[in-house]
Amino acid sequence: MLLLRPRDPGFVHPRASEITPRAVYEGRRDLLRLLAGGAAGAALASWAGREALAQGKLAPLKGAKSAVAGAQTMEKLTDVKDATTYNNFYEFGTDKSDPAKNAHTLKTRPWTVEVEGLVKKPGRYDIDELLKLAAQEERIYRLRCVEGWSMVIPWVGYSLSELIRRAEPLGSAKYVEFVTLADPKTMPYVGSRILDWPYTEGLRMDEAMHPLTLLAFGMYGEVLPNQNGAPVRLVVPWKYGFKSAKSIVKIRFVEKEPGTAWNKAAANEYGFYSNVNPDVDHPRWSQATERRIGEPGGLFAKRRKTLLFNGYEAQVGQLYAGMDLKKYY
Amino acid sequence: MRRLLLHPAAKPLVFAACLLPFAWLAYGAFADALGANPAEALVRATGDWTLRFICIVLAVTPLRTLTRMPQLARFRRMLGLFAYFYVVLHLLAYAWFDMGFEVEEIARDIGKRPFILVGFTAFVLLTPLAATSFNRAIKALGARRWQLLHRLVYLIAGLGLLHFFWMRAGKNDFGEVAVYAAIVAVLLGWRIWNAARSARLQRPRNGRLPLSG
Repeated sequence: MLLLRPRDPGFVHPRASEITPRAVYEGRRDLLRLLAGGAAGAALASWAGREALAQGKLAPLKGAKSAVAGAQTMEKLTDVKDATTYNNFYEFGTDKSDPAKNAHTLKTRPWTVEVEGLVKKPGRYDIDELLKLAAQEERIYRLRCVEGWSMVIPWVGYSLSELIRRAEPLGSAKYVEFVTLADPKTMPYVGSRILDWPYTEGLRMDEAMHPLTLLAFGMYGEVLPNQNGAPVRLVVPWKYGFKSAKSIVKIRFVEKEPGTAWNKAAANEYGFYSNVNPDVDHPRWSQATERRIGEPGGLFAKRRKTLLFNGYEAQVGQLYAGMDLKKYY
Repeated sequence: MRRLLLHPAAKPLVFAACLLPFAWLAYGAFADALGANPAEALVRATGDWTLRFICIVLAVTPLRTLTRMPQLARFRRMLGLFAYFYVVLHLLAYAWFDMGFEVEEIARDIGKRPFILVGFTAFVLLTPLAATSFNRAIKALGARRWQLLHRLVYLIAGLGLLHFFWMRAGKNDFGEVAVYAAIVAVLLGWRIWNAARSARLQRPRNGRLPLSG
C-alpha cells in the first residue's frame, strides 16, 4: 500500500461511463454486507442500516433533467444511505447519525410556506401547491460541508427564482431570509442552547435569483427524507452546506442583511456569505481540501482539493466580482 | 474483591478489556461499519478513548483510598499506558487520514491552530510519562522526582479537555465536554481536598509534601 501519496492533482471529472447506476451500486453494497465477515458482520451492517429504513418507503418524486448550467455534474453519486444517515440537522441532535434516528417525529403534512415582507404578492403556499408551482427538475450538485466533507446528490426541485418571480419583490427588497421550523414538540433539540432557534438563513437577492439556487422537495428520485429537510429546503451548491436551510416555513424579503443562525452563534467562524473557498480557512481547520464521502478506497482515499465556489465559479463568480472574499467570508 | 484484584488473571483480563475499543474500531474499519465518514469516526473515537483512559487512570488513586483497596494500584501503570496507546492512535489517525502523512502540512497545522497545538502539546507531555513507566525508571529518577514528573498528568488532563472544548466550541456543543470536565474536576478536586486534609492531620515531616499520587 502506498502510504505517502502525492497531493490530489485537482478536480477530476469522471467519464459518464464511470458513473455507477444506482441499482448496481446498491446491489454491490448488499453483496459487501453479506461478505462483511460472517454473522457478526451481517448483524452489524443491518444495525447500521436500520435508521434509513425507519421512515418506511418514501413517495417517488421524479424530475426532468435540468438544463440549468452546472446542474448536471458527471461525478459519482454519493450512496443514498450515506446521504441519508450522515446529516447535520441540529434540531434533531448534534451527532451526524442523530437526525436519521430522531427525525421520524417531524410532521410534513399539513405544511405551509409563508412568503412575506417586501413583495407585491405575499401569500401562504400549501406544500402541495408549492410542489406544482413549477416543473420539477433533477439537479446533481456537489455538496460541500463547512466541516470538510463533501457529497454528490441528485436533488429534485426547481429554481427558487420561480417562486420569487411570482411574489414580485419590491425594489427595496435586497435580501431574502429563510425561516425554518422550530417545533419543540417534534424537534428534541429545539430549546437547547446550541443555536438561537428558529434556524434562519439568508441570501442576497441576486444569489437567491441565481438559477442554481434550488428549492428542493426531493432527492434520489423520492421526496426528501425528514432528516434531509423535508418537505422543502434550500440548496445553494456553491456555499457551505449550512446555508441550505432545511424544512422551510417562511421566506421573507427584507432590505437589510438578515441575521443567520451560525453567524449569530460564532461570527468569526461562519460569515453571512459562506461561499466555499479553499483560500479562506475556518479558524480551526483548513478548507483547502475535503473528504468525499464514499470515495473508492474508503479510509485511505486521499482528500480532494476544494474548489472556489465549490466548482461553480463559472456560473456564480460574477456575483462576487470585486468583492474581498477574505473579508466577506 | 481484594483477592480478585490480586488474582493472576486480573491483569490479563483488564489488559484485554482495555483493548476492546481498539478491537471494535479495527473491526469497524475493516468491515466498513464506521458510517459514512470512517476517517472522522476513527479520529474522534481514538480521541474519546484517550480522554476516557485519562479519567480512568486519574480515578485509580481516589478509588484506592476511598475503598481502602490498595490492590487497585497494580493496574494504574497499565491504564496510563493505554491512555498513551490511544493518544498515539489518535495522532496517527489525524496524521494519516486528515493530513496524508505530510510532515510539513502537519507542522503548519500545529503552528496555525491553537486547538491542534494544545492537543499536540498534551501528547508531547504524555510521552515522558509513558517512557518512564517501568520500575527501573522510578529507581533511576528517585521516587520523588518520578512522582513530580508524573503529576504532569493533571496538566495533560486539562490540556486534553481544552482541546476537546475547542473542537466543539464552533458548534456551541458542550454537553459531552461538560461531562468529562466534571469528572476530571471531581478527580482532581478530591486530590486537593485529600492533600489539605492529610496536611492538617499530620504535619508534613521534614517539610516534605504529602504523597498522594
